Amino acid sequence: MTDRQPKDAGLRLQLDHRPGDFHLQTALDLPAHGVTALFGASGSGKTSLLRLIAGLDRPDSGTLHIGGDCLVDTGNRTFVPPHKRRLGVVFQEARLFPHYRVRGNLTYGMPRPDPERFASIVSLLGIDHLLDRFPATLSGGEARRVAIGRALLSEPRMLLMDEPLTGLDGPRKQELLHFILRLTREIAIPILYVSHDPEELTAIADHLVLMHEGRVLASGPLDDLLMRFDLTAELGGFDAASVIEAEVVGQDVNYGLTLLTLNDGQHLTIPAVDAAVGERLRLRIPVRDVALALAPHSGSSYRNQLQATITDTAVLPDNPTAIEVRLQLGNQSLRARLTRKSFEELALDAGQEVTVLVKTVAFALRR
Amino acid sequence: MLSAAEWDAIRISLQVAGSAVAWIIVPGIALAWLMARRDFPGKSALDGLLHLPLVLPPVVVGYLLLLALGRRGVIGQWLDQTFNIQLPFTWQGAAVAAGVMAFPLLVRSVRLSLEAVDTQLEAAASTLGASRWRVFRTITLPLTLPGLLTGAVLAFARALSEFGATITFAANIPGETRTLPLALYTLIQTPGAEGAAARLCILSIAIAMASLMISEWLARRARQRLRGRDDG
Repeated sequence: MTDRQPKDAGLRLQLDHRPGDFHLQTALDLPAHGVTALFGASGSGKTSLLRLIAGLDRPDSGTLHIGGDCLVDTGNRTFVPPHKRRLGVVFQEARLFPHYRVRGNLTYGMPRPDPERFASIVSLLGIDHLLDRFPATLSGGEARRVAIGRALLSEPRMLLMDEPLTGLDGPRKQELLHFILRLTREIAIPILYVSHDPEELTAIADHLVLMHEGRVLASGPLDDLLMRFDLTAELGGFDAASVIEAEVVGQDVNYGLTLLTLNDGQHLTIPAVDAAVGERLRLRIPVRDVALALAPHSGSSYRNQLQATITDTAVLPDNPTAIEVRLQLGNQSLRARLTRKSFEELALDAGQEVTVLVKTVAFALRR
Repeated sequence: MLSAAEWDAIRISLQVAGSAVAWIIVPGIALAWLMARRDFPGKSALDGLLHLPLVLPPVVVGYLLLLALGRRGVIGQWLDQTFNIQLPFTWQGAAVAAGVMAFPLLVRSVRLSLEAVDTQLEAAASTLGASRWRVFRTITLPLTLPGLLTGAVLAFARALSEFGATITFAANIPGETRTLPLALYTLIQTPGAEGAAARLCILSIAIAMASLMISEWLARRARQRLRGRDDG
């Protein structure tokens, strides 16, 4: 992959838009790199915001800058049309042109012939064998991959993806997610990723924008937002999870396990993941699958026991029988949810050293 | 097998109908696009005006053309003085009359077909850097092709069968504006020409059938191509 140096493509916007009785009112300042997830329930305005950024709709008022360029300023009637914005858009449905073959779809937006770039993106997305087919003959997952390739080949300064996994079944979803993750590692292009699936976003996002009824509820690095008690309901509620990073140190072929080390040197084993020693993985750990003990246990089936310190605790209004706990693990943070009864029986408190028992690592993806 | 007069009628008919479709196709697509994609004041009035030739007696249309494009008409005078073009009583005039009569059929068909084009594909193309014109050329127009073909053939068939406006505006001049329907009309007026009239009648049916079949075949091919099949 020919990695281009990321230009300053940071996105800064302040937009006000009222299509019908919906009111979108947002101000955002997003980084020029990595994956930013626009997250929220349906109807929260994610897709509307994406359309405004792409130039497919005109805001009632506001400004939009990407990099140094002003794309919208209703104050001086600036409105750069979509075809001059250099933003690649991957829509929910693939929206391939039915009368062009896959090859024709892919080259449609290329600013100049570039066989090298074409070949590398085609192989990155695994669509080499589809080039001479018509879109009508592709499966859902294949069509999405072609749509992503088509957007990338237009050499955008930023990629906007609108729930690209919608409507795919489990395995296809995993497969496409895998391709998108590969993309984020191999191509230095900032991505704005619209999603309403907490699992998807913990797998992919570096930065998170949480939207609710047309407004931005919170915006910040993913890890920080996942640790916030006040956002628990929005970020999965019962299924809330935190994310930690670990490095692969070995594979136990015999038991089908992968051995990991956290950056404070503690060890963790997870069901085998196809990754080489030295690779970094992102682990998604549901808060309800973390238990706490006062001291390391030997007679437990929990494989993973980690030493951590309780940072603080809270009771959430919608679930008064549970205690939410934040833990410090080296320089990473982890959340746990305990019943209030066990929390009080163990007499736990902030500042205390505890043993963390991790039941499942729900997700493990290469970074 | 056919007499010189019959050949003349066929030649003039095809020439008039072909030219009629040729001159209305671009304005027809433009107007259909306007009607399908844009809202503007007076849109329903324009829509009514567009359909007028379908409901007016053709003689009225021919007479109006004569008023506008005749040598003393506003446009006719200008055409005559500036380009030395006279339309009345010429085969070009017959093509104008046939085109005006066929115009609503073309616009209707193209408009329906344009309305069926997924505008999201056009939006996708624009995000890929395609200008409006390129989007129209590479996405909208090809996806409209089946409707455009159907409309063009309908218009062609309508132009072939044109009678009232043509005879009013371009008259019935043998070898110049005497198309099949006019030739047939002339024969019906002539005592003892029943046999010749029947021959022209059969010829008219044959040409009309052939054009409908060709259109059906073309439209089917275009649809297959759009659905993304290699065969067809």
